[in-house]
Amino acid sequence: MHRTGELFGQFETMDQQRESASLGMWVFLSTEVLFFGGMFMTYTLNRSTYPDVFGEASRSINLPLGAVNTIVLIASSLTMAMSVWASQVGKKQLLTIFLILTLILGSVFLGIKGIEYHEKFVEHHVPGLNFSFEPGASVATNAHAQLFFSLYFAMTGLHALHMIVGAGLLIWLIKQSLKGRFTPEYSTPVDLIGLYWHFVDIVWIFLFPLLYLIDRH
Amino acid sequence: MSTTPAAIPSATPGNTLPREHYLNATYGIRSWLLTTDHKRIALLYLVSVTFFFFIGGAFATMIRIHLLTPNGYLVTAETYNKLFTMHGVAMIFFFLIPSIPAVLGNFLIPLMIGAKDLAFPKINLLSWYIYLVGGGFVLYSFSTGGLDTGWTFYTPLSSVYSNSAVTPAVIGVFINGFSSILTGLNFIVTIHTMRAPGMTWFRLPLFVWAHYATSIIFILGTPVIAITLLLAGLERMLHLGFFNPALGGDPILFQHLFWFYSHPAVYIMILPAMGVISEIIPTFARKPIFGYTFIAGSSIAIAVIGFFVWAHHMFLTGESAYAALTFSLLSYLVAIPSAVKVFNWTSTLYKGSISWDTPMLYALGFIGLFLVGGLTGLFLACLGLDIHIHDTYFVVAHFHYIMVGGAVMGYVGGLHFWWPKITGRLYPEFLARIAAVTLFIGFNLTFFPQFILGYLGMPRRYHSYPPEFQVFNVMSTAGASILALGYLLPMIYLIWSMRYGRVAGRNPWPATGLEWQTDSPPLTENFDVTPEVTWEAYDFVNRPDLGLDVKGAPSLAPAHGDD
Amino acid sequence: MSEHHIVSPKIYIAIFFALMVCTLLTVYAATVDLNQYFSGLNIIVALVIATFKASLVVLFFMHGKYSPKRTQLVIICSVFWLAIMLFMTMSDYVTRLWS
Repeated sequence: MHRTGELFGQFETMDQQRESASLGMWVFLSTEVLFFGGMFMTYTLNRSTYPDVFGEASRSINLPLGAVNTIVLIASSLTMAMSVWASQVGKKQLLTIFLILTLILGSVFLGIKGIEYHEKFVEHHVPGLNFSFEPGASVATNAHAQLFFSLYFAMTGLHALHMIVGAGLLIWLIKQSLKGRFTPEYSTPVDLIGLYWHFVDIVWIFLFPLLYLIDRH
Repeated sequence: MSTTPAAIPSATPGNTLPREHYLNATYGIRSWLLTTDHKRIALLYLVSVTFFFFIGGAFATMIRIHLLTPNGYLVTAETYNKLFTMHGVAMIFFFLIPSIPAVLGNFLIPLMIGAKDLAFPKINLLSWYIYLVGGGFVLYSFSTGGLDTGWTFYTPLSSVYSNSAVTPAVIGVFINGFSSILTGLNFIVTIHTMRAPGMTWFRLPLFVWAHYATSIIFILGTPVIAITLLLAGLERMLHLGFFNPALGGDPILFQHLFWFYSHPAVYIMILPAMGVISEIIPTFARKPIFGYTFIAGSSIAIAVIGFFVWAHHMFLTGESAYAALTFSLLSYLVAIPSAVKVFNWTSTLYKGSISWDTPMLYALGFIGLFLVGGLTGLFLACLGLDIHIHDTYFVVAHFHYIMVGGAVMGYVGGLHFWWPKITGRLYPEFLARIAAVTLFIGFNLTFFPQFILGYLGMPRRYHSYPPEFQVFNVMSTAGASILALGYLLPMIYLIWSMRYGRVAGRNPWPATGLEWQTDSPPLTENFDVTPEVTWEAYDFVNRPDLGLDVKGAPSLAPAHGDD
Repeated sequence: MSEHHIVSPKIYIAIFFALMVCTLLTVYAATVDLNQYFSGLNIIVALVIATFKASLVVLFFMHGKYSPKRTQLVIICSVFWLAIMLFMTMSDYVTRLWS
């Protein structure tokens, strides 16, 4: 494995290398927008077709936990942004601390998600696993509610998968940071993983109202 | 004014290959399987896409043999469904979409812009491995029950009712999508950040513009089919209901999501070929291309407008009349930038000094066949007409004219054009011209009768047909055997030429791109000194290094004779 | 990015508080029946707030405001393409009953 911070052979200057890395991450994130976007499209159509059942199903998921998770994730974005700042001004210890805080907050998010999923499992709201929304309701209502929950699990599941990957990247970043590898001249991995982390936050910023706040009045 | 690059010798017989180049720089299987050299990765792709071309071709052969007789005695109806499905999946996802970008694009883009490699060489290699893994899943699907849903995977057939091996196929195509995405990402970043000093956007070869536009589609379209197939796969495995009407889902939603990618995908298949043509035509007309800016701009326009027309595949499946109207109108609009290109290529030929080398034969064939394919697309975009010709052989003929008559001819022509650069050797010109003409004749005999069949009402994806259609089907199959010969000949003589072909030298044609200033084959790092570009693209006049006289006519004997 | 522009922690903290306020606002707005004033107002308000929050993250946390033009082009294009998919697909469904 090479040391971080050296100029790769295909580039002429460090600036070119840095610009390429940054543009590469942004282009990758644009693919993620469209990737999640396909599910947002499915959600949009299904919610507009079955607004009442979607509203009912939405009320059955845990709003306080969802709201806490939103706050936790946004806070993790703050600590991530602070770690980028710390790397830019050469404060290596603060960098490590902020990265660890980000990882902790991300893990709290995943933990709370796990609690929510467990709740849904106990209530038989997991499609494919003895799904039953309202035992007395019509077949159609149960089918449409299953659509909501399929989307709920698919969208938050894919999001959680991205968080887990992000957590893994953070662990690597913390290890590198502890070795003092990041300086004001070279902190590309922090910047790039920061971009990724913020993107995952943005997905949740949209998931939260669309899944949890459909009809709470 | 512009200064000119240093004079370099053109090819004359008797030159030897450069002592060191990318092919002999390192030896051994590991040096190939773990390479990060974009040129070697291009050759890895060349081998793999050719493999899938054979797979798709094998299915095509069985289809055409089966259709020799109206009642189809070769295979059962169920098996026939699998034949056309697997032909489509293999050809579209594993041959057409990667072919020019992953083979010619990977090889040439760094050379054309004056860079040592792509921006992310390791990701380039990863792309190839992802392609192989995706291909592996699909081959597994083909060999364990096959696939009978059509390459379009329409639901609920694919997600609920089909008894074929849908799940591994869907996983394979999903994985393969990431190969495309990473290639597109690599190209976009490379073209933005790694151009040599002086290589401004409007000095770029049009091949590069074409691949930039293609990469936009890779990036923004492919993720959508990825998530769509993921959802369809989940639906199949877990009995969810996104696209299943029995569970409140919507099959038309699947079609919207599927075609949102798959229509721009056809521009992925054609734009790189158009880029190849834009390189070949000026070279063999010895003239700068007419309307450079318009060709560059039209590539971007096709990539953008191509995202607004997808539901023209759904005119008859249940979309609203107003949506149909909108998409029909937009489909007519997207033809305009393509037409601009055809006009500009033709204008380039006017008063040019034309030579009939093999790449030029493919390029001229492309222009004619793309014209037919493109115009018949307009027939299909017309709502009233589409009611009669939708899902008939008219559609089949239309897209084969574009994909085979267009994209494949662009690919084969491009392989011939850059073969001297890739291998350092010339292919045998006389035999190559025969193969090109054979391909052209075989192609037209195969697919033109299908326009007539479609117009007469023969549906596509049917294993049998009324007896009065037999004569056209027989013509089509006869043509297919000639077409196959047209493909086999180049495979044979191109491989032959790698060992026995005449040494090409740096710039046998000669052509004006930066890639022609490197050795043939090039060094691993492409350029020993980073070039500084001070001349415009396709400038035949201000380039004494090409060995042409000042008016652009050749003053040296052509590089090749009849071999 | 890390190239030249350093965003001060004060800005980050201010943005964080703005995001917190917006989160509380969106939860509150969901508890009020806005649909009685204008059909679909609840979802419109929710999406406007979410878009505003996302913009703050992109502009400041992700340094979008300080990024080169080509980065801003990438951001705009991804949003625009998502919009194409959403709007043009829904245009089919919305117009189904027109004739």
